Amino acid sequence: MGAALFRPLTGDDQMSPANAEAFIKPNAHFTAHERLEIYARQYWFRLLDCLHDDYPGLRALLGQKRFHSLCRAYLAAHPSSSWTLRNLGSQLESFIQSHPQLAGPRAAAAIDIVRFEWAQVVAFDEARRKPLPIDDLLGVDPSTLTLGLQPYLSLIALDYAVDDYFMAVRDADAGLRSEASNAQLEARQRTTIKRVPPPRKQALWLAVHRCENDIYFKRIDREAFLLLTQLREGNTLGTAIECALANASPAEDWPTKLRDWFQSWSALGWFCA
Amino acid sequence: MSSPNTTFPDYGVGIGLRVPHYRHILEKKPVVDWFEIISENFMVDGGRPLEVLDSILEQYRVVQHGVSMYFGSADRLNRDHLKKVKRLVKRTNTPWLSDHLCWGSVDGRYTHDLLPMPYTMSVAKHTAEKIKQARDFLEVPICVENVSSYAEFTQSDMTEWEFLNEVVERADCGILLDVNNIYVSAENHGFDPMTYVRSVPHHRVGQIHIAGHTRYENVILDTHDHPVPDPVWVLYAEAIHLCGRTATLLEWDDRIPSFDEVHNEALKANRYLHDHALVPA
Repeated sequence: MGAALFRPLTGDDQMSPANAEAFIKPNAHFTAHERLEIYARQYWFRLLDCLHDDYPGLRALLGQKRFHSLCRAYLAAHPSSSWTLRNLGSQLESFIQSHPQLAGPRAAAAIDIVRFEWAQVVAFDEARRKPLPIDDLLGVDPSTLTLGLQPYLSLIALDYAVDDYFMAVRDADAGLRSEASNAQLEARQRTTIKRVPPPRKQALWLAVHRCENDIYFKRIDREAFLLLTQLREGNTLGTAIECALANASPAEDWPTKLRDWFQSWSALGWFCA
Repeated sequence: MSSPNTTFPDYGVGIGLRVPHYRHILEKKPVVDWFEIISENFMVDGGRPLEVLDSILEQYRVVQHGVSMYFGSADRLNRDHLKKVKRLVKRTNTPWLSDHLCWGSVDGRYTHDLLPMPYTMSVAKHTAEKIKQARDFLEVPICVENVSSYAEFTQSDMTEWEFLNEVVERADCGILLDVNNIYVSAENHGFDPMTYVRSVPHHRVGQIHIAGHTRYENVILDTHDHPVPDPVWVLYAEAIHLCGRTATLLEWDDRIPSFDEVHNEALKANRYLHDHALVPA
């Protein structure tokens, strides 16, 4: 039965041929195949609905038809391996990287949008550890100091201005995502998103996080991105700053910038043990 | 199982905690006997879900209802999953928890559905063993819920209620009797739903679910998107006549109307409890 359910539906949403008679009884109204098909369709529609809700920006970029083709191919390659649907899209970025033709001519932008929308899933319900106050960092030798970053914080380097695009998509459809996924028993409304211009090409660095349980994203400088990424990798503060500023412009007042960044990040509670 | 009255106290009439009602509940603090939560929605490490849950727990009694234990799957119980359930049990202090008499995963792949099982003795033994393992790990009483179904297995050699009875007796656990599911399955498979209600071990029924469904031309789907229809109320009346006053929960999961509409539908159960519930001697 499981094999029949996991097999993709045909183009007209019918269940692929399965030897249903071997294990399902027919009744007066339905053949064994038709009874099993009820479950096959439920399986595919439920999972497609989940991706539909978690990736509104990707859906807007690709259009409904290409989005659904992509998702069906993705789910066939990556059926859910978790008890929660929250993790269903966790492999979507790598899948599109491996199969860019499925995303069409805008595959590169699609990958950036997927990374951004997955970061929102993470920001929604990942753990929050006890933040380290900035006062605890004063006087500590940077060459030995390591700092953890909150699990809910994602740092992403992008080639497209997906933050502006996401806001435009959201403005085009006020009913769009207000929360990330994880509620498999909630009403799911099929929304048609108005087309907005695709994201423009622009190198940018984003921090996606949450504050008082609301999701936020903010642009950060390239050097700030590098610094935080180095810290996340477990490097000392001294090494992180050195790497971040290795190719930085000498015209900038880096000591002041660094102080402002750390004050801001500490106020947001991004640092933890 | 100890006395059912102490293992599964009568919590009264509750409703499922659903996202569209969060704001109303947290702001208006309506009087509700209890809320049932979908465990998986709160088995997260942080963020808004837990904030909401903690606020609800300050005001209300909460019972956990799961959708992913899959007692009927051939796979072993997922220990990481159980640990998360247990962490939530400690948070909610749920007096019991429920999950479904179904399977839903195979070889580590999850369907996220509540799939029916072949009703055979070997499957009943396997399922009961997993329920016992889960209860021992979680250290909380468990009720298993009968699911609605649209297909029957050729291998089945007993009725669904015989299978349910076999499982709960072997596992020594409770039953979450979903009278809507009984009605849906009875219509889809052509059995008498009253026979089902009358055949289960009533002393093991710790909770009852009521809900609405959608009737199509040749099949009824368990959609939880309508008020409770009359035939389901009739089954409910018979169930409480046989079981006595039992914690009752209205499920409304799709096309969810206002909180007051859902709550008022649930409170209809009080009239049935007054008129039909078995009074202990």
